[in-house]
Amino acid sequence: MRSVIQVSGVRKSYGKTVAVAEASFEVNEGEIFGLIGPNGAGKTTTMECIEGLRKPDSGSIRVLSLDPFRDVYKLQNRIGVQLQQAQLQKRIKVWEAVDLWASLYRQKTADGDRLLEQLGLQDKRNAWFMNLSGGQKQRLFIALALINDPEVVFLDELTTGLDPQSRRAIWDLIRGIRERGKTVFLTTHLMEEAERLCDRVAIMEHGRIIDIDTPANLVLRHCPERTIVIEVSDPGAVERFKLIPCVESVERNGSQFRIHGRGDLVTEVIHCLSENRVRVTDFRAILPNLEDVFLKLTGHSIRE
Amino acid sequence: MLRGLGKLTWIEIKIFMREPLGAIGTIVAPALVFVAVGHAMTSRTQTVSMSNFARVGLPVMASILIVISAVLSLVTIISIYREGGILKRLRATPLRPQTILSAHVLVKLLLTAASLLLMVLAGRRYIPPGVHPPIISFAVALVISTCSILSIGFVIASIVPTARFAQPVGAVVLYPMVGLSGLFVPVATFPPAFRVLAHLSPMNYAVRLLQGIWVGEPWSAHLADVAMLILFFLLFTALSAKIFRWE
Repeated sequence: MRSVIQVSGVRKSYGKTVAVAEASFEVNEGEIFGLIGPNGAGKTTTMECIEGLRKPDSGSIRVLSLDPFRDVYKLQNRIGVQLQQAQLQKRIKVWEAVDLWASLYRQKTADGDRLLEQLGLQDKRNAWFMNLSGGQKQRLFIALALINDPEVVFLDELTTGLDPQSRRAIWDLIRGIRERGKTVFLTTHLMEEAERLCDRVAIMEHGRIIDIDTPANLVLRHCPERTIVIEVSDPGAVERFKLIPCVESVERNGSQFRIHGRGDLVTEVIHCLSENRVRVTDFRAILPNLEDVFLKLTGHSIRE
Repeated sequence: MLRGLGKLTWIEIKIFMREPLGAIGTIVAPALVFVAVGHAMTSRTQTVSMSNFARVGLPVMASILIVISAVLSLVTIISIYREGGILKRLRATPLRPQTILSAHVLVKLLLTAASLLLMVLAGRRYIPPGVHPPIISFAVALVISTCSILSIGFVIASIVPTARFAQPVGAVVLYPMVGLSGLFVPVATFPPAFRVLAHLSPMNYAVRLLQGIWVGEPWSAHLADVAMLILFFLLFTALSAKIFRWE
């Protein structure tokens, strides 16, 4: 797999405040890569250094083999950018923004009308920017980020402040971008978003990258413990559960059992149930997620 | 280099016209001042100085108003664009900063021309008999003056922290310049300190140039004024390029 972004030893401070203390990672072609962490972790600063909007104090960055700060205009022709909290002119119409953006690039650009249609904005072609809803604005910003048919798309806190429905619609759009062979680099402080959307994530806190991997591997590595809650009428089942290799402990509360363990607990328990023909009236698996990984790695929840 | 300039300029004109109050105020206000003051002065017994003011001072004063409203509007727009993150969003495209500023300057120049045209049409009968102002030359002089004074606007726009400050800071900088411009009181009668200040402001050269061209003096008599206006333009533009902030 070809890597399209290489970040190595990047550091950036604003006066005495260190925004990024040390960031090193690579982003592969065709993946959705997420930089996750709480607000103020340094995600946006890192992203803006990669986009060439800020110059890091030290360290090196290559994007599509270009130096983003020195070759910023060359780079901007090949990337698409959506910025956190960006606005457009209040009274610019949707089609005018798309038309203006399309005129800024040297290469042949994407079909603006088709983009608007794909993003469900065709009815809003003539609407003023100020009259769009939050979700519509974000979709327009996605359209603008895609207008130059970029190789890498940067999305900064794209779904913050949106309702769950718009958020899901935008996730589908982003998966669509990946399906067209583009690389997506996004930041988010929503763990669910990272878990569902990203192929790989880098966890960032206090300006440092703590760990990088696929969401599943991160969970497996840092939170291997699993819990299964089941209800069975057979009181002797508890002894059978204890014989399963990866089970660590079993709690019983009437007909309800809580089975704690790690590794491939779910498969093993199901296997045991079916082999012994145990009748099950309720079955629930409590699996740790990225949120738990974050809690474990940083000692606090991402929302604090 | 200036890719997108035409389209951006056209869009900015349309956006400006979509705010009717601002658009009407900017274009119509100077013409109204011209007509109202002109009417007041022609309807009363005229003293010599009054008629002299009507002959030269009034059109120049109205023109300066046009320029000032252009500068204030530029300063406000740029600071709103900065505060709202619009500049930052534009910066993340191949759009160059000079293209954005140029588009706004073009919009202001077009508005200036429109205001001037309206003023001349609406105020035709207050132009005293015997005066045949060379409108084309005057328009050129006004464009030069506008560019020069707009460049002060670049500097203000580059440094004002928020849109709320933009208008008052602009007014505080510009209106005293009008007082020192020699439009109402000849610069020669100023105390020495003020005279020095007057010469450090492009407004002074703009007023001299506009007055001269209005009464039909040749361009050759005003080369020094034009040179000073261009000098100020280059100076302030270079300064603002140094201190311009995107966010």
